[in-house]
Amino acid sequence: MSPSMLTVSYIAATILFILSLGGLSNPESSRRGNLYGMIGMTIAVVATVAGRVAPAGLGWVAAALVVGGAIGLYLARTVKMTQMPELVAFMHSLVGLVAMLVGYASYIDPTASAGMSEAEVAIHHIEIYIGVLIGAVTLSGSVIAFGKLSARISGKPLLLPARHWLNLIGLVVVIWFGYEFLRATSIQQGMTPLIVMSVIALLFGIHMVMAIGGADMPVVVSMLNSYSGWAAAATGFMLSNDLLIVTGALVGSSGAILSYIMCRAMNRSFISVIAGGFGGETAAPAAKGEAAPAGEVVSVSAQETADLLREAKTVIIVPGYGMAVAQAQHTVFEITKKLRELGKTVRFGIHPVAGRMPGHMNVLLAEAKVPYDIVLEMDEINDDFPDTDVAMVIGANDIVNPSAQEDPSSPIAGMPVLEVWKAHTSIVMKRSMASGYAGVDNPLFYKDNNRMLFGDAKKMLDEVSGALKS
Amino acid sequence: MAQVIGVPKEVFPGEKRVATVPDAIPKLAKLGFSVIVESGAGEGASLSDEAYAAAGAKVVPDAGSVWSGADIVFKVRAPTLDEIAMIREGQTLASFIWPAQNPELMKALAARKATVLAMDSVPRISRAQKLDALSSMANIAGYRAVIEAAHHFGRFFTGQVTAAGKVPPAKVFVIGAGVAGLAAIGAAAGLGAIVRANDTRPEVADQIQSLGGEFVPVDYVEEGTGVGGYAKVMSEGFQKAQRETFAKQAKEVDIIITTALIPGKPAPKLITAEMVRSMKAGSVIVDLASEQGGNCELTEPGKVVVKHGVTIIGYTDLPSRLATQSSTLYANNLLRLAEDLCKAPGAAPSGTGSRTGVFNVNMEDEVIRGTTVVKQGEITWPPPAPKLSAAPPKPAAPKAVAVAEKKGHGHGGGGAPMAVGTLVFMFLAAAILFLLIGAYAPPAFLGHFTVFVLACFVGYMVVWNVTPALHTPLMSVTNAISSIIIIGALVQIEPLMEAIGAPPLMRPDIIRWLAVVGIALTAINMFGGFAVTQRMLAMFRK
Repeated sequence: MSPSMLTVSYIAATILFILSLGGLSNPESSRRGNLYGMIGMTIAVVATVAGRVAPAGLGWVAAALVVGGAIGLYLARTVKMTQMPELVAFMHSLVGLVAMLVGYASYIDPTASAGMSEAEVAIHHIEIYIGVLIGAVTLSGSVIAFGKLSARISGKPLLLPARHWLNLIGLVVVIWFGYEFLRATSIQQGMTPLIVMSVIALLFGIHMVMAIGGADMPVVVSMLNSYSGWAAAATGFMLSNDLLIVTGALVGSSGAILSYIMCRAMNRSFISVIAGGFGGETAAPAAKGEAAPAGEVVSVSAQETADLLREAKTVIIVPGYGMAVAQAQHTVFEITKKLRELGKTVRFGIHPVAGRMPGHMNVLLAEAKVPYDIVLEMDEINDDFPDTDVAMVIGANDIVNPSAQEDPSSPIAGMPVLEVWKAHTSIVMKRSMASGYAGVDNPLFYKDNNRMLFGDAKKMLDEVSGALKS
Repeated sequence: MAQVIGVPKEVFPGEKRVATVPDAIPKLAKLGFSVIVESGAGEGASLSDEAYAAAGAKVVPDAGSVWSGADIVFKVRAPTLDEIAMIREGQTLASFIWPAQNPELMKALAARKATVLAMDSVPRISRAQKLDALSSMANIAGYRAVIEAAHHFGRFFTGQVTAAGKVPPAKVFVIGAGVAGLAAIGAAAGLGAIVRANDTRPEVADQIQSLGGEFVPVDYVEEGTGVGGYAKVMSEGFQKAQRETFAKQAKEVDIIITTALIPGKPAPKLITAEMVRSMKAGSVIVDLASEQGGNCELTEPGKVVVKHGVTIIGYTDLPSRLATQSSTLYANNLLRLAEDLCKAPGAAPSGTGSRTGVFNVNMEDEVIRGTTVVKQGEITWPPPAPKLSAAPPKPAAPKAVAVAEKKGHGHGGGGAPMAVGTLVFMFLAAAILFLLIGAYAPPAFLGHFTVFVLACFVGYMVVWNVTPALHTPLMSVTNAISSIIIIGALVQIEPLMEAIGAPPLMRPDIIRWLAVVGIALTAINMFGGFAVTQRMLAMFRK
């Protein structure tokens, strides 16, 4: 295959990737979008293999593809929808790792920089250095995120003393070794700085994600998504490959936008999320400052919940991470189906940061076969709460906390929330009275029109569903 | 401090409506108001004192105690001289006023140093529809007009084939398809009559048809829509063509309902004595414009007369004849007005805590500005034209910020505008970065850099369109796509030496192994990512 053919193939792949992302603008076109992505990837791989790999390498390529592809398909088939955030984090770590491997290989490959001028070699080395750096941060950050999401590592933020200084020192060391790396005259000489930098970058990635708490995970996951894109783009610069650059930039900006949306949904700046430690420091004054909100907590049984639902005309269900943990989405849909058969309007209100990754709740509800046209975003549904008879909150806390609007001194003040307390009755399903991730007491629980249904979401919902049937 | 809303009994002879109903009282209480009602105020609308008391209102024995005890008075009809004498300085009155027709009334109200909200002066914009009392009343008048016509008409409305013979359906002609006219069309069509309608505004033809009427056009081309969606005075030529159309209809139809009004002008005379004479005996004309002089030359306002065998109904109190209904709707209009009025200035419309239970006549608000005809003794009627009020210098400032935000911040979805300092800093940083790159980077790098920057922007544009419901699939598909990094590994595994123009060399095995591992790992990502995305997307269904 001639270089020109290779280039046009890459252009075709680029267009298909853009179409693929564009297809996600609505669920109807999204399946076709995914197909475009697959076709684009196939074209890119086939063209590269045909144009850049000597016959001797074909066997290696095929073997690696078969092994990796089999593992990938197995994972995709068996993963539970509640585990999607873990899977995504795991896959990000792979991209990071590959970026590192390619970087190292490119450095020791004498053909890579053959025929380059001195300035070009320097640039090439800077690109390798940066590519490996981003790859390493993505790798270790994603591994830690994966650990946190799958509860192998505690979700609590780990805050080392003087952590910002540690990061700063790390940065200075990385820059110093970068200088050393460029001055190196042979590959052996340059290897040491490259390895030292990799270690520091790996530590930095670990440290960064360790400092971030569970509910900030949507930001972290989308941020790592962004990093994996930038890693691919850096690799593209390293190899002078435009397709890699374009694709990396697409993925990188996509992840960056998602991070921004998530931060806005929590009314916090990106920096403050990354700096970490939310909840740990702010919880103390909140607990002391305001005494527990006035009013009484009224708890109800599953039977009473079912009665409330049966009397209601319009119901809005607000799911949170608790629903995912309890795997209760199928029961939720059973209840929804029953209520709709009884002629009630049932809709879902989704907060942008509900769950552990962007769009997490939507995927779970889709898995349970909830039609997507009754699943609405916060902005679409917030005005409808005053006309709603029952708002049912399942395993969510901070995203329905009225103090975000009512109490300017609250740590979550200004965060957009779902206004469930404006419904005629709200029912909160929760395991206990423990405060949410932000460590803020929730005045919603003490409101006159609120009822609490304590217990495991799945078990309670099963009972409600049974009571509705009888 | 919570303010008191007072509702006196209407004193106009024959007026049966009342300005609030028991259903509205808890809602007013929720806004923070307490309500006092004169005993017997709701009698005409079949609303007992007990019902008011049960809803939480305080019932007081006479009008005097309402006027003296209330901060805000809700009424239906414009106040009489006796009532005006009871207004206190600083009190607020909300009722129908008709400021254009009643200049003396306006002067008298201004002299009492009161604030007066005229329910007939609510601006005709979509936000104000919920407090548009004219529309509420016109709707009732239109319905009632059909009922009155049916009452005086000697036949069925609907056609029937009975054992005793065939009954032809009544033909109804409605002039003017405003709110009242459309209500009349709907009511008459509902009773089974053949309904035709005419209006000078051609765009209402669809609305007429949607209610079961037939649009009768006037054969003359002239645009008849005036400011605010009301009709305007038409040209001489048009009026002649219109008279011909009406004369033809008068000969054919059994019932004519006229609703033609032009704001601030006497009602146009559309049905001449000649036309009335040409109608069949037993026909009925209902003239909804009779208060403004009538659309028919022979109308006598407030009365039913029979001329040339045609019954001409000139009642001016049709809404009052359906008192319970009109009171309920009017009470709701006033409730919405109260809601708008007690918004704290600058508070978000839906934000909590903005309802204070205290009236705040905010003259910045277009709706309230238009409705307020006297503000603390100063006549503020007529308001500036609605078009002008939309472009005061105020909105210009936020707009400029919004533009700046789009440039620097770039996030189309809004969010807090960026501080000017940050913006300048960002531009400076970008400029320095670009300068450095331009000064030192070789041309080959710049080519790639161009591609990179453009791709970032394409990604930015595309991703903003992704619906939030699909954010998880977005992540998994971008993740799958980022396994394009496989190319990096592929080109290292066994390069075609001639392709990169380098002399053949021994390849260290380590590179090959690194590349093989890289390919295998990305393959996990690639196949797994696309497969899981497909699995997720397949679940999204309607």
